[in-house]
Amino acid sequence: MQPFAYFRPESRGEVFAALREFAPDVRILAGGTDLMVRLRSGRFRPNAVVDVKRVSGWSSQIVETEGVLRVGAGVTMTDLVSAPSVQQHFPALVEAASVVGSVQIRNRATLAGNICNASPAADTAPPLLVYGAVVNVASRAGERQIPLSEFFLGPGRTALAAGELVESIDLPIPVEAAGSAFQRITRRRGVDLATANLSCSVNRAGEVRMAFGAAAPIPLLVTGTAASLEEMTAQARPISDVRGGAAYRQAMLLVMARRALEVSLGRLRQ
Amino acid sequence: MNLRLTINGKEVAREVAAHHTLLEFLRDDVGLTGTKECCAEGECGACTVLLDGKAVNSCLVLAVETEGSAVTTIEGLEKDGQLDPLQQAFIDKGAVQCGFCIPGMILAAKYLLQENSNPTDAEIKQGLAGNLCRCAGYSRIIDAVREAGRAARQ
Repeated sequence: MQPFAYFRPESRGEVFAALREFAPDVRILAGGTDLMVRLRSGRFRPNAVVDVKRVSGWSSQIVETEGVLRVGAGVTMTDLVSAPSVQQHFPALVEAASVVGSVQIRNRATLAGNICNASPAADTAPPLLVYGAVVNVASRAGERQIPLSEFFLGPGRTALAAGELVESIDLPIPVEAAGSAFQRITRRRGVDLATANLSCSVNRAGEVRMAFGAAAPIPLLVTGTAASLEEMTAQARPISDVRGGAAYRQAMLLVMARRALEVSLGRLRQ
Repeated sequence: MNLRLTINGKEVAREVAAHHTLLEFLRDDVGLTGTKECCAEGECGACTVLLDGKAVNSCLVLAVETEGSAVTTIEGLEKDGQLDPLQQAFIDKGAVQCGFCIPGMILAAKYLLQENSNPTDAEIKQGLAGNLCRCAGYSRIIDAVREAGRAARQ
């Protein structure tokens, strides 16, 4: 690995100062499960790495406030899947987070890191989009909220500006009855990147929100009804790569959509 | 950078380069070579250690991130000359072939049993999904973990 300066700030102010001083060759380190791989491969060659895990007020908590479940940026996949509040309201997110990497990865990898990495195949992105997640961002200039549907710009690219830090992710607690589910296909059952993934939710009126990953340059959110799954999945723009062909992905999206809808309808009836 | 942490119950203070991983630090600086390097990208689990009680891939953690933490490696499982029940079960069940993956397997299994003292075979497979064995000796490894769980519950 190429040498870099390592900072472990204890306050937000120090984080912003370090981000400013070393911009643009600076990387934020949370769980490190994606960053470390890229540091080693040489794909990222930052001058500085800012480890945010010991910043005072850095939250590894999941807190319910004003109709929103706020997931701190320090929350790992392991924390997420074992939280009763997440299990109760956001089952598709639990299903997605439980299949990210291995136990060892899930013990380090954070939900915030998964979206900041902006992989088109990120497993937590489709359920987060379906649930209407909002990203809380802070910088020297202040704080702002970015709907997740506007957060992804391309593979590895997000709407975060230089000097901005994700502090938490808000999940609006559903006010009306809905059922939701997550599906994915992989080459092997465990510890693989998704060939394609998909999440959907359906309400009593039959309105469907659906999002899919590894099927377009960014995880894509589409809406429709139970009768329009074909039109919805036709909005994907998959590519062919080592994990699957474009035509296969396109065909499987519809299959996954039907499966996810069936599970969602079952949960809606419960 | 100066780094202080606890490894297998002993306090350690060393200088370490900021870009060195916990795995490199354990093997090259501390001399604990039981923890293995294989894929170096979090796929194979050979470098698994317990960091503050949680199984992690030590190849994906910077040594400096562990300041003030407690690390357990395979060398730390034996107590007063007595092997850990998991180590004994791996021997008794003939679960070790070439042995390279075993330290990581045992630490992943240690974490699994700590979280779930009575895992089903499916849960054992899930818990060890991040650990690859190139000898493909999985069924005896699963036998050993099941046995160690049983022994611990008695």
